[in-house]
Amino acid sequence: MSLLDLRDFGVTRRGRDILRNINLRVGAGELVGIVGPNGAGKTTLMRGALGLIDAVGHSSLGALSPHARGRAVAWLPQSREIAWPVDVQTLVALGRTPHLGAGQGMRVADHAAVDRAVARMDLGAFRNRTTTQLSGGEQARVLIARALAQETPLLMADEPIAGLDPAHQIATMQTFAALVREGRSILVSLHDLGLAARHCTRLIVIDRGGIAADGAPTAVLTPDLVRDTFGIRAFLKDTPEGLIFQPLEVVG
Amino acid sequence: MTRLAFGLSGLVAVLFIAALVVGPAEIGVVHSIQALVLDGEGPVPLVMREIRLPRAVLALMIGGSLGLAGAAMQGYLRNPLADPGLIGVSGSAALGAVLAIHTGLAASVALGLPLAALAGALIGVGLVMVLAGPSGSSLTLILAGIAISALTGAFTALVLNLSPNPYAANEIVFWMMGSLADRSMVHVWIALPLIAVGAVLLATLSRGLDALTLGEDAAEAMGIGLRQMRLTLIFGTAAVVGGSTAVAGAIGFVGLVVPHLLRPFVGARPGRLLWASALGGAAMLLAADVAVRMILPARDLKLGVVTALVGAPLFLHLIYRIRREGI
Amino acid sequence: MNLCTDQLAMLVAGAGQLVSVSHVARDPLSSAMAKEAAAYPVNHGLAEEIYLMQPDLVITGSFTARATVDMLTRLGIEVVMFEPAATMAQITDRIEQMGAVLGQQKRAAALITEFDTQLAAFQAEQGARPRAALYYANGYTLGDKTLAGQILTTAGLANIAAEYGFSGGGVIPLEVLAMAQPDTVITGRPYPGASRSEEIVRHPVIDTLRRAHPDASISNSDWVCGTPFVLRAIDDMVALRREIQKATP
Repeated sequence: MSLLDLRDFGVTRRGRDILRNINLRVGAGELVGIVGPNGAGKTTLMRGALGLIDAVGHSSLGALSPHARGRAVAWLPQSREIAWPVDVQTLVALGRTPHLGAGQGMRVADHAAVDRAVARMDLGAFRNRTTTQLSGGEQARVLIARALAQETPLLMADEPIAGLDPAHQIATMQTFAALVREGRSILVSLHDLGLAARHCTRLIVIDRGGIAADGAPTAVLTPDLVRDTFGIRAFLKDTPEGLIFQPLEVVG
Repeated sequence: MTRLAFGLSGLVAVLFIAALVVGPAEIGVVHSIQALVLDGEGPVPLVMREIRLPRAVLALMIGGSLGLAGAAMQGYLRNPLADPGLIGVSGSAALGAVLAIHTGLAASVALGLPLAALAGALIGVGLVMVLAGPSGSSLTLILAGIAISALTGAFTALVLNLSPNPYAANEIVFWMMGSLADRSMVHVWIALPLIAVGAVLLATLSRGLDALTLGEDAAEAMGIGLRQMRLTLIFGTAAVVGGSTAVAGAIGFVGLVVPHLLRPFVGARPGRLLWASALGGAAMLLAADVAVRMILPARDLKLGVVTALVGAPLFLHLIYRIRREGI
Repeated sequence: MNLCTDQLAMLVAGAGQLVSVSHVARDPLSSAMAKEAAAYPVNHGLAEEIYLMQPDLVITGSFTARATVDMLTRLGIEVVMFEPAATMAQITDRIEQMGAVLGQQKRAAALITEFDTQLAAFQAEQGARPRAALYYANGYTLGDKTLAGQILTTAGLANIAAEYGFSGGGVIPLEVLAMAQPDTVITGRPYPGASRSEEIVRHPVIDTLRRAHPDASISNSDWVCGTPFVLRAIDDMVALRREIQKATP
């Protein structure tokens, strides 16, 4: 079963191709890392696939009605916007928006979903705290909980671990991995290739508006690709502790 | 939550009755209420039904409208400084109304006056949205507001100065500050259709505004149609502000003060803030209108003077806070 | 240079004596002699234009543009200022003064005699005084120490402004007017072009008060200036009074 299907997909802005000839399928149980240098088009790919910006070609999510899309995919934008000082519980509950009919209040099932999301992100102690007074890392976790409360088969997250401390970065990736083991899929853009290599089941490298590589981390992160795409030399080794990827120096 | 609803409704009810019993003609409280509800002839029922009742009803409707419009615009723009008066929407509605009156459109076309005010308000909201951007910073929003207010104010003054009527030029103050003095049921019927339609439109925004707490992208990905929301907001705001301004002039600060004061009581949720601000706005304007009649009964003190006296310091405080938080 | 002195001057002046009148004098809503005024060139009360006309004498009201008057005086033009008339006796004084200023004492005296005769005719007839309210834009009313108040009194009407302690002008709130239940409400005729200030005289309360009794909408031109034309205003008011007295035996 495919949760996201892009065929001959592209995005053009002001007459310039930002993305072109993208063909991509995401099935169930995949933790897909989207990596690539700055400006490669990672965010554009995700927003285009969601139908938030105009795109050409086919996107299975973009073809859905807004309401149906809200139940098919949860989207966690990079900007961690919390406009008003609402409490954690309220903010997480916003994730249930696509599941409610017009004028319908929160049902028992919705409250249960919020509880699960709060528990999974370990936010029980924060429930009644005001979100805008939390630290940046705590806010990031609350926003992830919001996306989890949406309980969609697919979660798309744009750099969700940027700005988090190492413990929270790892914890977040582990949470994603756990979700994936339960059968959901996650498409996440990352800058930290080490974390991407370690936790993702699949990596997609975006470079200059196209897919440069797509596959298992060991297959993708070859010395040639790392050099050509990222301009660095790196250390990569499969160890008993898992895959270790460490950038070493800038080349050429 | 229900406590807040009861509290605000009770406050509105008390102030509504106060607005009915306070006035330059000294009529006892019991006597005046009797005259209002029972059939009867004579001066007291006339005063109650034709002068005080329309005035109180208008304060209720217009205060509610302004509170609602303020809460909706703030929720949409995610900016606590958005107030229909401050950002020039009331001013452009007033220009529309003044044009309708002085071109004779108001007299020749049924509902010509409120529709012209609606058109003015539509242009005003549209301009603000274009100038300030969908989630504009406080600075651009306020600058856009100043520009639109100044321009519409100048045109309003120009139209009134060009009028052959010697009284017209003195009315600039009315259109800039607003007043409910000597309004009649006719004005209630002029304003009601637009205000009712606008209020219904704005009420539908509740869930979308909540979702917008997370930003436009997140809200849209949760199935909120932003384009439709923007249209609903523009038309809804223009309708309630247009209807209000057509009969009472531009009354500022209600849409700023009320949502700001009530936000903590609704857990800062923009959706709930809508109805709370509608009730709060009604209460504030009723109180202000009682105040203008008690402080200077003989002088037709303008409503906007009272709301500005309360609102402007709060506005400064808000700007100070926003600067401190570096938003 | 002033609506009222213009009219007095037009009544009293001999042929060729008057060079120019103010532009308001041509406005049929304000001026009782708009037609006559059409025969004269108009001025707008600006020192420059008046100086260029090189008149021997400028006649103006005491409330008219002080700066203009001062400048004309500095330029060596003689300016005579007339106090506005607020009583019937003052009207005759002003006519006499105008006659003296223009050297037309005879014409002035004739006007005064005619005025006094007609005025006496009105005062001969008196009876119960119906209560009347003068109601203008913005809820403004005028009391007994004003010309309009004097017109009412002379015509045998009681001005309700007196009941509320106004002798000059003041604002009566609409509610208070409704409670006072005057026998008649006399309103100014609206100027062209709409204004919110004048809406008050079309308020449903005023309509209700008016339905109960005969009413009147007065033409401003006969009321604003202390000229013999106030006789027309008094005449209108006497007719109104008779109508009320007939309706309420």
